[in-house]
This record gives sequence, structure tokens and C-alpha cells, in this order.
Amino acid sequence: MADLVHVPIASDVDVVAARQSGRDVARAAGFSSGDQTVIAAAISEIARNILMYAKRGEISLSVVANGERQGVVVVARDQGPGIRDVERALEDGYSTSGGLGLGLPGARRLMDDFEVASAVGQGTTVTMKKWRRLHS
Amino acid sequence: MEVPILKQGQNLIASIQSALTDADLSQLREALVERVGKFRARGVIVDVTALDVMDSFAVRTLRDIAHMARLRGAETVIVGIQPEVAFAMVQLGLTLKGVATALDLEEGLAFLHRPGQKGIERPGGRIERG
Repeated sequence: MADLVHVPIASDVDVVAARQSGRDVARAAGFSSGDQTVIAAAISEIARNILMYAKRGEISLSVVANGERQGVVVVARDQGPGIRDVERALEDGYSTSGGLGLGLPGARRLMDDFEVASAVGQGTTVTMKKWRRLHS
Repeated sequence: MEVPILKQGQNLIASIQSALTDADLSQLREALVERVGKFRARGVIVDVTALDVMDSFAVRTLRDIAHMARLRGAETVIVGIQPEVAFAMVQLGLTLKGVATALDLEEGLAFLHRPGQKGIERPGGRIERG
């Protein structure tokens, strides 16, 4: 497990910082530039969700190895209002903020693994991973 | 970071130099819509070559720029979307429907200057509607 990178999210500048960190971590782990972009775009959506719904939170980035695969793990945590209906929040076009409703479902499409844990009144944690095969 | 906006003939060219925050993007939108009137521009080019990510906010803002400029009488072309960025946009479900795009600045200018464009005087030229 590589070093964890923590990016606090409290303003739109942090959204840019988070996606750039994501790109850096992915590049260092040997991901293609296409995958770096995909990871950065997913982080951007998730970080913006934190700003929009919870006002503040944090994104943690790490690299894991799992047999023949290596993965970038992105964990987005907030202590915001939580998501009442996670399944609906993962549907395209569903938004309670007046946004496009593409954030969660879009990020899910970009990444390989995607989990949302949320409790109303306590906050939301999104864990997403992108994998690449290691050369053997 | 403010995006420089150049005036070239009847066109405005906004050349994005680095990653933009949401506030920067909104500021670009206001500046372009205002300058279409100030410079009586007929065309707007937004060069996004330097953007290494376009998320839903960026795409929505570009679409808004194009629609607002059209309401002010100018046509917008987005140029320079990088291949990886295009891939991620499609995966995210983001489209620029109804907005003209071109490969690069040169193609964007050629699009705005295509025959039959309003405001472009081409005596003796063939009139086409694009």
C-alpha cells in the first residue's frame, strides 16, 4: 500500500487540486494517460458533489496491488446530509441540487469498482477504484 | 486564473491556458457574453487544448457560452478537445449537443469563415448555408 494522499475539499480550487493529485498518483503508478484522465474526471465529479451537498470533506488517494493488478483507490468522505436513496442517486439524470445528475452515475461508469456508503444526517463515503494489469 | 480573450476580425478567441476552477469558467462565460456585444463579434472560439479534464460543470459552462453567444448573435466553436478528454466525456455521458466543435484553432476559424456565414462579405463568392 503506497502512501495516502489527502486532499481537503472546501472550495472549487480544491476540486482542481484533487483531480490533479489523482492524475499524479495514477501516473506514478504507471496508468496510461487515458486512464489518468478518466480517474481525474471521476474525482472531479465526486469532489464537486462534496462541495455541492456537504460543503466540505476530503478525498484520499492510494495505490493498492492485488495479485496481477494494481489499482488507484479514491475515497471521498464527507459529514454532510447523506443520501436518502443511494440507488436513485446512481441513476442518470437524478439530482436534488439542480445539477445535471451525472456526478455519481458518471463517475461510476468511469471507474471499475464503485461503492457508496451513506447515512442520512451523518455523511457519505464513496470508494472507487481503477485497475490496471501488471506486466508479468 | 483569467482566460485571455483576443479579438481577431469579427471573432473572439478565448484561449484557455491551464486548469480552470468553476469560478474561472463562470467568469469566462460572463466575459465572453459581454464582449460579444462590446466588440460586435459574430464568432466565438473557445480553445480547450490545454484542458486535461472536462467534467460536467466545464461542459455545461461551454454549452451555456455557446447558447448565450447565439442569443447575442454570435456563433461559437469549441476547439481542441483532446482524445483522452473526449473519451472521458463520453463515458461520463457529457455531450456538446447543438454546439459546433472543430479539431483545432485553424479548423475553428475555417468553420466560422465558411461561405455563406452571416456578416462575412464575400463578393462573387458562392452562397452556401451550413
